[in-house]
Amino acid sequence: MEDSTALEQEKENQESGEEGRPWDQMTAASAQDPQPGLSEHPESEQGPDPGPQPGSSPPRSPARSSPPVDDLACPGASPPSPPREPSSTPPLALSGQHLAAPWQSDKTTSGIPEAGTPRPDHWQQSSDKGASTPHQTCQSKGNAFQQFQQTDSHLYEPRDANGNNSKQEDLRSDIFQEEDSDSQHHLDEAEPEPEPEAAPSMLEMAIQSAKAYLLKTSSKSGLNLYDHLSNMLTRILDERPENAVDIIENISQDVKMAHFSKKLDTLQNENEMLPTYEIAEKQKALFLQGNLEGADQELEDEMAEPSLPNVMESAFYFEQAGVGLGTDEIYRIFLALKQLTDTHPIQRCRFWGKILGREMNYIVAEVEFHEGEDEEEVEEEDVTDERDNGESEGEDDDEDELPRSIYKAPQPVPKEESRTGANRYVYFVCNEPGRPWVKLPSVTPAQIVIARKIKKFFTGRLDSPIISYPPFPGNESNYLRAQIARISAGTHVSPLGFYQFGEEEGEEEEEVESGRDNFEENPDFEGIQVIDLVESLANWVHHVQHILPQGRCNWFNPIQKSEEEEEEDDEEKEEEKEEPDYMEQEVGPPLLTPISEDLEIQNTPPWTTRLSSNLIPQYAIAVLRSNLWPGAYAFCNGKKFENLYIGWGHKYSPDSYAPPVPPSASQEYPSGPEITEADDPSVEEEQAFRAAQEAAALPAEENEDTEEDEDDYD
Amino acid sequence: MDSDSLLLSLELASGSGQGLSPDRRASLLTSLLLVKRDYRYSRVLFWGRILGLVADYYIAQGLSEDQLAPRKTLYSLNCMEWSLLPPATEEMMTQTSVVKGRFMGDPSHEYEYTELQKVNEGDKVFEEEIVIRIKEETRLVSIIDQIDKAVAIIPRGALFKSPFGPTHVNRTFEGLTLSEAKKLSSYFHFREPVDLKNKTLLEKADLDPSLDFMDSLEHDIPKGSWSIQMERGNALVVLRSLLWPGLTFYHAPGTKNCGYIYVGTGEKNMDLPFML
Repeated sequence: MEDSTALEQEKENQESGEEGRPWDQMTAASAQDPQPGLSEHPESEQGPDPGPQPGSSPPRSPARSSPPVDDLACPGASPPSPPREPSSTPPLALSGQHLAAPWQSDKTTSGIPEAGTPRPDHWQQSSDKGASTPHQTCQSKGNAFQQFQQTDSHLYEPRDANGNNSKQEDLRSDIFQEEDSDSQHHLDEAEPEPEPEAAPSMLEMAIQSAKAYLLKTSSKSGLNLYDHLSNMLTRILDERPENAVDIIENISQDVKMAHFSKKLDTLQNENEMLPTYEIAEKQKALFLQGNLEGADQELEDEMAEPSLPNVMESAFYFEQAGVGLGTDEIYRIFLALKQLTDTHPIQRCRFWGKILGREMNYIVAEVEFHEGEDEEEVEEEDVTDERDNGESEGEDDDEDELPRSIYKAPQPVPKEESRTGANRYVYFVCNEPGRPWVKLPSVTPAQIVIARKIKKFFTGRLDSPIISYPPFPGNESNYLRAQIARISAGTHVSPLGFYQFGEEEGEEEEEVESGRDNFEENPDFEGIQVIDLVESLANWVHHVQHILPQGRCNWFNPIQKSEEEEEEDDEEKEEEKEEPDYMEQEVGPPLLTPISEDLEIQNTPPWTTRLSSNLIPQYAIAVLRSNLWPGAYAFCNGKKFENLYIGWGHKYSPDSYAPPVPPSASQEYPSGPEITEADDPSVEEEQAFRAAQEAAALPAEENEDTEEDEDDYD
Repeated sequence: MDSDSLLLSLELASGSGQGLSPDRRASLLTSLLLVKRDYRYSRVLFWGRILGLVADYYIAQGLSEDQLAPRKTLYSLNCMEWSLLPPATEEMMTQTSVVKGRFMGDPSHEYEYTELQKVNEGDKVFEEEIVIRIKEETRLVSIIDQIDKAVAIIPRGALFKSPFGPTHVNRTFEGLTLSEAKKLSSYFHFREPVDLKNKTLLEKADLDPSLDFMDSLEHDIPKGSWSIQMERGNALVVLRSLLWPGLTFYHAPGTKNCGYIYVGTGEKNMDLPFML
């Protein structure tokens, strides 16, 4: 505010000092009235006259209204100001008849109470206060300015209105100036209207009035059209868009938006950008880590074979196949995998794929630990122990009369040991490369069985609950792990001959016949012709074990354990369930079965093969796409192969999903001798019974004696 | 996605794993330019890819000056030779709605569908099995049309309606701001409005007639049929349709880069309510 007042003051000085003369000339040229000349004279004289600043004060002849300004400008100048007063009175006196009324109105509008007070008192007040409030100064200044103009050019009503307008605008000094000059012109033109040169001035006047209209300030936004148009034109000329006429509406909108957006709080902007910086900061760690890790080479020396896969190489081949992520994203994942292998005792690592979610995605890494891992196993066992304890406590309590529920939940099928079956690998997931890796829990058969019956989108939060009809045992991390197990079992394939069965493992396993579940890389693998891989599905084999309907890879006979625990109950309770299982063991296709034997669903072949490029077949690679699990791909270039899954994590079915039927309602007890009761005994029966008792009384006494005898013996 | 900025768009949309092999990219860049010249389109969009069992259909669309005018759809199996598809009709829709399963990848493949029809012969009414043959090309047309009508989207402000009627690309579109990009209401269906006409005056009161002339996404049924994600640390917003899995829309806030691509089997996800 103070700045603006200073500005205005400067301007006033200018106007009075310098521009005052042009106006003089103009008025002199256009209007021949004697009055302007007269009124001008004192002013022009006085402008230079009080050479020591403030030179503008003289026109403000009614100094009463503007003392604060004077104070502000030069407090020391207050003594000389009174002498000025008489010198400034002449214009008052000259144009006195005209001026009297408007001034009065000005004073009232300016709302300065001091205006009416005697002069000396006022001086005192203002000097006491040092300076009145800026607002007041401003107002008084505007008032003074107005008066200055009025003296300058024979006041009359419209001009006064203009002056009031300008007062509203006192913040925008440039407009102030323009408007003033406009009004000045307006006035100057208006006066000579009756004069001979009316024709050109009519036109000019129309222009001026139009301009004045354009300059009218909107009370809502504080803008005026004149400025807006000039801003727009400036912008168009600066940016030079093609066909500017087509987009003029948008430019206009943008200019207005820009005007308002300046007022935005900077703190707010900062907050909006925060997540961007946050993830960049985290990913920076990925890039920096390489340098740090390079320092200690001992770890790397220990490992004979690198645990980190060559992600970029397989990404290159997948790109040939038309799948995969962007180059920079895959590189970030590569770095994230490096971070994972550096921080965990990992023997082998693989980029499994990406599962899309609704809010966030999962990047999945498949790892194999060194021999001495399994920290988490202990924790999980504890959990199961707790559960067992809970059950046993419940059993202990029942020594009462009422029958307890004899329904026992079907024997839970135990999960497979780590490093075997469906838990052969450990999976780590993260939402974005750079965020921390989270280890997924190992999968239980029950989770796989239920996961086969439901179809849910992943949310991207591992701890979100899975709400489904067959209640899913676990949260999203368990569901994710189950789907990963299913997808791996279904879609991880390798070219025939790459893997072979290891010989030692067969002896270790109990069930050698059902399927050896260990394999090793074939050192004598010579590679397969790519064209053979494309033409025949028999050249691809599964190298992940099939998951049985039971939910495990290796058959677990549930009846054995239960027999050990409680033999008698088994026959009654587990009849329905266990017997068929006992009869036939679930068998799936053994390991390393060609995928040509996969089941097809309703005329849809389970796999599609393709050559990556028909144009250059000699360097093309074979691409395998799963139709059962949309998003699962494999490639082989003869020697190397890789599997990748990117998708929603759902199995394909041509029919829409049907929720499983509700379980059948239990049958009630059949109405048998235990349920039905005999009629109450009749009187005859009781009498007959009593007669029989009396008849038997004597032998009974004898019996009692014998019993006592027996007791004695004991 | 615009054929002119295909490479950048593919890079942006790659988060869903849907890419194009280098030879496909190169051939698309070449052939779409020729398509634009030969068919005199003002703009050519690479629409996407429908995965068939034997081969894939690559789909492109030609737009005229008016962006909302009916589009011409072309398909190709090798990304070089493009064939024009006939416009979709209601009849095609009803006819192909009975076909289920995957596309084969052969446009002349015929699906056979047996239908029971009641035949009146005198007094007797008996049912007769009629085998209907549906060409895959017809199915392709109707599926593309359905996807376009259901999930083709464009950010608010990318198009504007001129006072003379036609809809143009908005040159001054500078991208959505970050806060707008996270809201479904900032995205419109890229088609003639359907729901907008049914709205009340009160609902329309705040709309800008030159920008809000299309249906917004936020009223889609069912709620939650879109997954909206900020990727690369808010530098990219990705919308994935859950109703038509495979459709990915990408937009880098603050820039003009936006577009959508469909890579999928061409089947609607009827299980959506179970999966949410």
